[in-house]
Amino acid sequence: MGNLNTTMIEKYRNSFLHEVEANVEEGEWVKMCMQCGVCSGSCPLGPHWDHPPQELFMMIRAGKREEVLTSSSMWMCTSCYNCIVRCPRELPITHIMHGLAHYAKRLGLVPENQQTEKFAQLFWDNLTNTGRVNELKLGLKLYFMNGFGEGIKMSLKMQDVGLNMLKTGRMSPFELLGGHSIKDKTGFHAMLQKAKELEDAKIAKHGA
Amino acid sequence: MAKKEYSFYPGCSSQKAASSSNYQVSVDSMCNELDIQLNTIPDWNCCSASIGYAGGGELPRIALSARNLALSEQANPGQDVVATCAACWLATKETKERLHEDDGLMEETNQALSAAGLNVKADQKVRHMVEVLIEDFGYDELGKHVKKPLDGIKIAGYVGCQTNRPFGIDGESFENPKYLDKLVETMGAEPIEKYEKKVQCCGGALAFSEPEKSQAMIKDIIEAAYDGGADMIATPCPVCQMNVEVYQNHINKKYNTKFKMPVVYYSQLMSVAYGKNYKESGLNGQVITPEKLSIIAKK
Repeated sequence: MGNLNTTMIEKYRNSFLHEVEANVEEGEWVKMCMQCGVCSGSCPLGPHWDHPPQELFMMIRAGKREEVLTSSSMWMCTSCYNCIVRCPRELPITHIMHGLAHYAKRLGLVPENQQTEKFAQLFWDNLTNTGRVNELKLGLKLYFMNGFGEGIKMSLKMQDVGLNMLKTGRMSPFELLGGHSIKDKTGFHAMLQKAKELEDAKIAKHGA
Repeated sequence: MAKKEYSFYPGCSSQKAASSSNYQVSVDSMCNELDIQLNTIPDWNCCSASIGYAGGGELPRIALSARNLALSEQANPGQDVVATCAACWLATKETKERLHEDDGLMEETNQALSAAGLNVKADQKVRHMVEVLIEDFGYDELGKHVKKPLDGIKIAGYVGCQTNRPFGIDGESFENPKYLDKLVETMGAEPIEKYEKKVQCCGGALAFSEPEKSQAMIKDIIEAAYDGGADMIATPCPVCQMNVEVYQNHINKKYNTKFKMPVVYYSQLMSVAYGKNYKESGLNGQVITPEKLSIIAKK
């Protein structure tokens, strides 16, 4: 992935905006931002972003490639869609944030130990395994995603939540043994593999 | 009214012994009263909600929802796809729209689907259960089925994010949607009309990865319900329900509050009002028992 990053820097040397337009989901919208700041003011986690969306859009145009892609900002998006419905220019901001996050990950530029990136990857691995989310396994992986010691601490802290879910029949220990699944896993995996191949090929072509 | 049929996408959290299995129980009871037949999409898969983007690029994520649409077209042709989960609805509707906006994406998606022996047209409507209730029945019709009005219960209608944005319910505003209050009123309960946190984000999936930041928002959602005099919060979203209900102990410890605010689904209010019992209304799935609703359910 480090290679892809270098390739992209070479290819788009003079324009990070063009790189985003070509490779980031809904990236062609970035240039439409008029810098009003409504998105930043509407974001529920706004104060926790190093660079709120409006700023990211400006930085993309200013060619601040590394600052944008290594930022934890877009990983703060809760997918509440406030920014989308309020943007006067109708930029699909939520999707651009997801797209920037995914592209940064593809290039290996996510800040170390980014918690949402870790959880989101766990979620993807969990759902693609059997075609359906296994909540119990996902929960346990989440608790232990920052190491064993931290995992034990988290498990103890979250004990009351787990017990309450068990007691009310909203969690089952049997999910550890296989659990919910679709039937056509073979077709499902072949479909995802094909989709990934098509997408990787497109990005590789852009980088070439 | 004649029986209504829909192609149903239940979603991961509604499965047996999953986090919103009680939502599903109450939806089944509600549909039974309204003579709605939900034809489950055979072999449906997860939509990857709004947190699949780290591992999944645009095309793999679109393919997930496209597979469900393709299976629905095969098994339930001509039927609207209906979801009860906000994230399932959003992802599926989003996919349908993007496929029609972008011919290239449609072609690539079908290339991916062909690896599973499927093909998608995505020409059916994708709807939330709330839309079915409001648009295909209407408040008057929904009210006619009430057997036990929810007298004397004050309810904060917490609409949240993804049932409300970016699509929302036709004719409702993003900033102050009223449909949940109207549903509450139709069931004979009293809505907290100036519930200022009705569309506040609960953190969504970030409640797992950024618990402190999310719980600060959840605290405000609960506090505003208490301030309005609510006996309970009602919501149409499984993530909202869980996030607002299950972390109250942790919030109490951190903020020195004494929260014990029940959080129920609109379908549970409707099941109870329609004369279904405690279990049929999924009330045995609540971590915090909604006392006033339980009393009516057990009557």
